Amino acid sequence: MSFNYFLVFLSAALVNNFLMSRFLGICPFLGVSKKIETAFGMGVAVTFVIALASAVTHLVYHRILLPSVGWYAEIGGAKISLNVEYLYNIAFILIIAALVQFVEMFLKKSSPSLYRSLGIYLPLITTNCAVLGVTVINKETAGATLMFSVINGVGAAVGFTIVIVLFAGIRERLEYADIPKVFRGFPIALIAAGLMSIAFLGFQGLIQ
Amino acid sequence: MTNPMKIIKNGIWDENPTLMQVIGTCPTLAVTTSATNGVGMGITTLFVLTCSNVAISLLRRFIPDKVRIPCFVVVIASFVTIVEFLLKGFLPELNSALGIFIPLIVVNCIILARAEAFASKNSVAAAAFDGIGMGLGFTLALTVMGSIRELIGAGSVFGIELLPEAFPRTMLMILPPGAFLTYGFLIALMKHIKEKTGGGNR
Repeated sequence: MSFNYFLVFLSAALVNNFLMSRFLGICPFLGVSKKIETAFGMGVAVTFVIALASAVTHLVYHRILLPSVGWYAEIGGAKISLNVEYLYNIAFILIIAALVQFVEMFLKKSSPSLYRSLGIYLPLITTNCAVLGVTVINKETAGATLMFSVINGVGAAVGFTIVIVLFAGIRERLEYADIPKVFRGFPIALIAAGLMSIAFLGFQGLIQ
Repeated sequence: MTNPMKIIKNGIWDENPTLMQVIGTCPTLAVTTSATNGVGMGITTLFVLTCSNVAISLLRRFIPDKVRIPCFVVVIASFVTIVEFLLKGFLPELNSALGIFIPLIVVNCIILARAEAFASKNSVAAAAFDGIGMGLGFTLALTVMGSIRELIGAGSVFGIELLPEAFPRTMLMILPPGAFLTYGFLIALMKHIKEKTGGGNR
């Protein structure tokens, strides 16, 4: 099965936007979208981790976990495979947690300036459902190749970044708006997100 | 030990995870297209939350502080895998309706937050009641949201037709924007009630 990678990217970034139509990664979307700079930092960190996680989980799932094509040991001529496909969830979350930790250590050593700007967001990404969501969607797509997984992941992350930055822009303005007291904070943010989501409905039908 | 009823009431009302703390938002927005889905997701999360709270409370003296988060995540992921099997076996329809959000219970912030803030510091019984309370609070919030969206969007609640034929159905409420709008108004309503009753400390 072959994919048109440009369409895969566009679909993940805009048509099935993770925040606006799939509802994955809403916690950081509401939590770190008060300023454009922090929102952008979060977006870059998420993109980085999702790209790595998509590739690694794809390889682990297809090379180790799946019984038909996965790793096996030959004992006395009989092929004994692991047959642990059902452990994907535990495996994926551990891979993501380890990757986040690894990226954090790597950045700390190699690029302190980047670490300072992204550092505080990195631990949060482990529990960002966008990352685990991408890997589970990749796993469930029939005939997904390594290339598909990575492009789908990067597309989703780019869409996440676009939306969180736009939303931070709106929220910066909302700070100065005169809003009824009970609507201040989360309620007005959610209603603004709802209006933005209506705009994103416009991308439906862009790809058949 | 504090009163179990008090712990449960704390989860349902005072510190309702969905409406007061605004955590665990992804499943709240995504699966509440109907009241039935809301209840299904709520009960599933309640089960995982209670089990993981009990397990983590039992293990709290053995988990080293430095690696506690990965340990919690593995405990939670194990229970999620169990739930996934159970749903696939006994409620395949609900399983396909909730889809990807079943494996994603692992990263539901409510569960990790309760493990970190409550279960790892309290006795097994208290942790179990906390799990039940928070789970019920989550279930109730999801049910209310699912009912509102289903009523306005499809004219029914739990699949029972309530609005007359002539009444227009607003599809928007079932689509993603409806989730954001309903959730926003519900939190505002909750804040309003807290202010009126004088219990509003947020």
